[in-house]
Order: sequence, then C-alpha cells, then structure tokens
Amino acid sequence: MNKLSSLIKIKVLILLFVIIFTGCVRKGVNDTFIQIKGSDTEVNLVQRLAEEFMKEHQVYIAVTGGGSGTGIASLINKQTDIANSSRAMKDEEINLAKDNDVNPMAIVVALDGLALIVHESLPVKSLTLDEVGKIYRGEINNWEEVGGSDLEISMYGRQSNSGTYIYFRDNVLKGDYSPKVRRMNGTSQILEAVRRDKAGIGYVGIGYIIDDQGNVKSGINSLKIAKDENSPAISPLEPENVISGLYSIVRPLYQYTDGKPKGNILDFILYELSDRGQEIVVMEGYYPVSSAYIKMNEKLGIKGNEF
Amino acid sequence: MNFKKIKEKAIYIFFFLTGILAVIILLGIFLMLLINGLQAFKDVKLLDFFFGTVWNPSAYEESSYGILSMVVSTFMVTLGAMMIAVPLGIGTAAYIAEIANERIRDILRSIIGILAGIPSVVIGFIGIVLVGPFIAKVFNLSSGLNALNGSILLAVMSLPTIISISEGAIREVPKDFKVASYALGANRWITLIKVTIPAAFSGIIVSIMLGIGRAIGETMTVLMATGNAPAIPHSFFDSVSTMTATIAIEMGEVPYGTTHYYALFAVGAVLFLISLGVNLIAELVTTKYRGRRT
Repeated sequence: MNKLSSLIKIKVLILLFVIIFTGCVRKGVNDTFIQIKGSDTEVNLVQRLAEEFMKEHQVYIAVTGGGSGTGIASLINKQTDIANSSRAMKDEEINLAKDNDVNPMAIVVALDGLALIVHESLPVKSLTLDEVGKIYRGEINNWEEVGGSDLEISMYGRQSNSGTYIYFRDNVLKGDYSPKVRRMNGTSQILEAVRRDKAGIGYVGIGYIIDDQGNVKSGINSLKIAKDENSPAISPLEPENVISGLYSIVRPLYQYTDGKPKGNILDFILYELSDRGQEIVVMEGYYPVSSAYIKMNEKLGIKGNEF
Repeated sequence: MNFKKIKEKAIYIFFFLTGILAVIILLGIFLMLLINGLQAFKDVKLLDFFFGTVWNPSAYEESSYGILSMVVSTFMVTLGAMMIAVPLGIGTAAYIAEIANERIRDILRSIIGILAGIPSVVIGFIGIVLVGPFIAKVFNLSSGLNALNGSILLAVMSLPTIISISEGAIREVPKDFKVASYALGANRWITLIKVTIPAAFSGIIVSIMLGIGRAIGETMTVLMATGNAPAIPHSFFDSVSTMTATIAIEMGEVPYGTTHYYALFAVGAVLFLISLGVNLIAELVTTKYRGRRT
C-alpha cells in the first residue's frame, strides 16, 4: 500500500509541474514565428501552404489541429496568431473575444465540400438532403427505407468541438443529432470506420476521400446528393459542381486573426489567396475562393492576386 | 550549536511540508471541482442532472445536462473489464505466487511491469485497428467500437494492478496454513483453491478495488475505442460515451464561465467521488485485514 500511495504522490507532483510549466510558456512576440491552430479539416491544407511559404520566407509557421472550437478558443485566449475554423464564429464567441480585448477578423481562404460516404458494398448511391438530415436526426434507422437492404444504419460524425459537426448540424440536420451517432475524433477516423462498417455512413471533407490520382479511396463510395426530391442527384467529385454551388453541402473555410493581419501574417494570408496558393488549395482537394468571398475579403483590405 | 538546531528545524519543516503536499493537492483539487461544479446547479436542476439521460450542452434547440447515460456507460465498461480481468488476474497471481519456478516468475513479473507501462493511447489504437474489427467479425456487428471493446482494453490495463497486489497477498499467506492443509491430505490444487486464495481474500479485494479505480478513471483508451455515442446503452454491443471521455472531448472547446463549463466540473466532481469511494473501500478492507492479523 505504501508503495502505491507514494506512486500516486509522484503522479500528482508530475501533474503539478506540467501545469506550472505549461503556464509559463507564453506566445512569442516574435513576428517570425506564426502559430496557427484549429480546424482539423484545414490542418493539412494550411500545413502544405505553410511549407511552401516557408521555402521562400524567413518565417517559421506551426500548424496544429484540434477542431475549430479549439482554434477559436485559443484565439480568444491569445494563444494563437491565426485560428483555422470551418465554421463562422458564434455571436457569443465574438462577445467573449471582445471582452478579452481580441478583435476577430474573418478571412475565407478556400471552399470545402462535404461528402457523404458509405461502405462500398452498400447499394444506395444517392440521397436527398432531407434524407441525410433524417438519418442523422435518427428518424430513418434502416437502409431499407432509402432503397437499401435491411441493415440498421450506423452513423458516424465528429465531436462537438468540430466545426464540421456544427456546420452539418446547422445546415443539413437543422436539428439535434441522434444520440446514437458515434462521435469520432477526426475526419480520418470517420473514413476508417466507414471503410470497416458495411452499414456505415459518415461526412468528411471531399479532400479526404480522393487519393493522389484523383480517384475515390478504396473501400468507400461517395453519395450523390439531391437538393430535394425533384432535383437531380449531384456528385461532389466534379469540381465544377462544387464551385458553381450545384452541390449542396459547400462551406467556406475561415481563418481568424486578432485585428487586421499585419507583417508576416498578412504576407502568409496573401500568399494563400494568391494564384499559387489557390493552386495548392485545388491540389489538396479543396476549392478556390469564389467571387462572393473574394469581395468579403476585400472589405478587410485583402486582395487575392497581389503576388 | 544554535545554527545546527535551526538547520534541523528547517529540514524538519521542509520534509513535513513535502509530506502533507499530497493532502493539500488532493483537497485543492476536490475544492476546485466542488466550487466550480456547484455553480452548474444555478441553471440545472439537481434531479435533471443526476437522472436525465440526455447530455447535449451545445444543442441546436435546448441544452440538456443529464449524466445518467454516461454514468451507466462508465459502470458498464468497468464492470465488463472486471469480469474479464478479475478471474484472469487472480489466476495469474496464483500461478506466479505458488506454482511458477523462480525463472518463470521473474520473466512474468517483468512482462507485467512492461504491460503496466504501455501508454493508454497505444492501447486505444490497438482497440481501433485490432480489437474492434475482431469483435465486429466474431459477433457479426457492423462496428466493433462499443462497450465490449472498451471493457477488453480496460481489462488489459487493470491486469497489472490486480496481478501484482493479489500476488503479494497470496504470497503473504503464512506457510502454516498450507502445511496444515497438506497434513490433512489435501493436494496442491485443493490447498490453493480452498486455503491459500480464501486466506488472501482481503488482499485480493483490495487489488480488485484498485483495478476498478484504474478502469473508471481511464480516459484516452475509452475515448478512442468505445465509439462515443451519448445514447444510454442497452447491451455491451452498443457504443458508449463515458464520463472521462465526455470531459476530455468537451473541455477543450467550452467557453469559460458558461453552464456547460461548470457542468463539466460537476461531472468531474461526481467522478472524483466515485473513485474516492472505491479507494476508501480498498483502504477499509486493508485496515480490517491488518487488524485481524496482528
């Protein structure tokens, strides 16, 4: 018993030290170090953009994921320079930021389409937006009801700190998730789970389901989605469908900064929006910023093609 | 001389402070959980909190803060883990203490030590890629991310605790007991089952309690392997979301000072009380056991 309680003591001590030291680490004021945190959807893309940017500039950029909510919370607590977010900030978050002397500015750096994926053996190839909502709200429980075989649907989604979770709930479900939806830790976990689950359905960024050759990854199918019963089912795999807005589940990917971006941060954002940057966006499986959002960015004094 | 006295006093105070540090930290943690947790009850009714089955703080329509399904999930996963780990652990402990020769004993002990050192995230990973698909295949389920998966992994994680403490207890059984049993004509097997293990019973109970404590508090493994569906589970094949996993997922994004924030502290306080209770039982059993011996 004694041995054990001293073990517990040591554990508590270590915990204390960790708390003290993490408390001591402060954000560098140094402008040559840029910290970017947030959306798991954006992390690979921004990482790639940062790598390319660092080749040409004397800047070090650290990009980490954790979910949009985590990124926004970090921005509010002044622990990051840029917060990646796959959803717009909520009013309460903006108020919280203002209370903390942070003035969040939104810049749209790319568009993302969400694909609904199912196991490759599933006979269902398309759904309406309404059916997708019903499945995730728990109102449709069996694939039989939407033209499949008699299999209980097993749903996969993200955890509540994910921007994708919120976006999907607010725009597709327009209601609460069924408590039976499994909350996965990240997009690739959803992909892996659906690949193993013959009754599975999951939502993931289109970039995640396409391999280097531009084909859909093995083991899964991407569903065609129709706006309503009378509309044709549209595949998200054709980029034109997503850019033109014909495909229904498209959302802007934001980056939030504290106040208007300056210095190296501004340079990086301009690089992301430059022709070269947007080329990388497309290469990574996302879509270039559309004209409506270019206008929004310009209001902040950020023009796309300055490079 | 005086200097020496002061020095001695200083050293005494230093060691006294380090000695009670653990107590201060424990009290501090509990007070922090309690003070923050209690504020949740400004907005949440006590009854809804403990007996509500829906936990959905960031709801589309109306938030609800019922912890019943996570409490049930936590207990279910822990119970499952013990059903696997207790017989296995006691068996291993009996083997190491009574049957194995010196060499095998040393090898087994060090392997169990290594098992205790495997990071929980690695165990969780094994749950996703190995145990999950295996469960799905054996039971013909669509997904193996469920309570059973969590139970199996937690059983593996609490085995080292159960084995090492039970083994100690079994070895401490006085030789006289066994000799007396042999003298009455019992063989080794009967002696082990009817004499040695019952004599070590209280030590074994302590080991189980500490194993339970280990399983209840484990976070990363269950977070990765149980599927995290907040619905109330009906069988071991349902996906569950435990108290620890819920706190871990939601603490990172919750805005400071909201009801949701305080409610997570309240969940933490409940968890703390549960594991305190488990440890207390272990402590009581030990004291009783010691009292009987001397």
